[in-house]
Amino acid sequence: MIELTHVHRRYGAVEVLRDIDLRIAERRVAVIGANGSGKSTFARLLNGLVLPSEGLVTVDGIDTRRQAAAVRRRVGFVFQNPDHQIVFPVVEEDVAFGPKNQKLPKDEVARRVDAILERTGLARLRDRPTHLLSGGEKQMLALAGVLVMEPARLVLDEPLTLLDLRNRRRVAAFLDALAQPLVMVTHDLDMIAGWDRVLVFDEGRVAMDAVPAEAVPFYRELMSR
Amino acid sequence: MMGLYVPGYSPVHRLGAAPKLLALMLAGIGAFFLESLPALAAANLLAVALYAVAGLPLAETTRQLRPVAILLAFIFLFHLLLTEWQSGLSVVLRISALVLLATLVTLTTRLSDMTDTLTAALTPLRRVGVSPARVGLVLTVAVRLVPLLLGELGRVREAQKTRGLERSVVALMVPFLIGALRLSRDMGDAIESRGFDPD
Repeated sequence: MIELTHVHRRYGAVEVLRDIDLRIAERRVAVIGANGSGKSTFARLLNGLVLPSEGLVTVDGIDTRRQAAAVRRRVGFVFQNPDHQIVFPVVEEDVAFGPKNQKLPKDEVARRVDAILERTGLARLRDRPTHLLSGGEKQMLALAGVLVMEPARLVLDEPLTLLDLRNRRRVAAFLDALAQPLVMVTHDLDMIAGWDRVLVFDEGRVAMDAVPAEAVPFYRELMSR
Repeated sequence: MMGLYVPGYSPVHRLGAAPKLLALMLAGIGAFFLESLPALAAANLLAVALYAVAGLPLAETTRQLRPVAILLAFIFLFHLLLTEWQSGLSVVLRISALVLLATLVTLTTRLSDMTDTLTAALTPLRRVGVSPARVGLVLTVAVRLVPLLLGELGRVREAQKTRGLERSVVALMVPFLIGALRLSRDMGDAIESRGFDPD
């Protein structure tokens, strides 16, 4: 379970998140809200990339402030722009980056890389330079680079935003089929229709916390004001 | 582009990164002891032959030399005017052999193998506070950033062109630098998220 207890996050004098108090135990949680409402900062809090200015964030009982590295091992993070997440210039090398950092034995790294390339449909592209991949392939590679580390949970910051409709559907279907619990920042309201819970952010606060059938109409109304 | 890895199964590809880098280093030192023009020409021929052994097309050889061709032409001209043509040709042949060999190594060696070798070679420097993993990562990210930053620069240039600002250095550089800073922040976060440990 992810727990946020009276969390505030400030950048200088600007308060980006205000008094966030949540328990997240559901398998599929969507985070929606206007640009600048604090969604991305909230997502980064969940794997210790950003620490709270005030309050406490724990993941499965681990405090992000005290054991950020341990939290990051549990929570995989996928960024909006895959180009910003791909570190190595060749597909296979990039996927192997995480397991190598985990200091896994060579044959285990190879086994995991082969398995995830197969699962994400990237096996035929394993020798391809990463800058020559299409947008959809890059996002699948970004996902592969995270999933190969076998995280217990995933946090995704608008992973579909830069994709065309076909790739969006493909990546969305892949995400739906994942066993891990997901917290996803998104603007894709259709995709989250069947999800367990939606958090609507507005000016750094959770303005609504409900099932999609209640939260999405609320968000639409909020955006039309 | 920057001699990026070309996949293959040739003997040159199969040779480990460490022997290739060591051989390159020795070739670099040896080149400065070679004086005779026939010997330097032979070194170039050997480098070209290694491209053939690696299964790389001949066009690849000339493509790799093209960026330094202007520099080599200047060096030759400089010597022609101030010293003698033999001396100019000697310098040009020495540099071209080394460029060809260095590029051959990068074309036939995965970057991860090179950084692993570099990281291992730098391990003794831990005692003086150097983080080998960090040095390896710097090399990796530098190679990865080149196409990304060129892409970013192209996008900014196009955007400013539509506004008639293609000649304004400020209009070009300010958004480019903001984009580059955003990219480096996100990439830093991504590297951290993927468990990188500099120690």
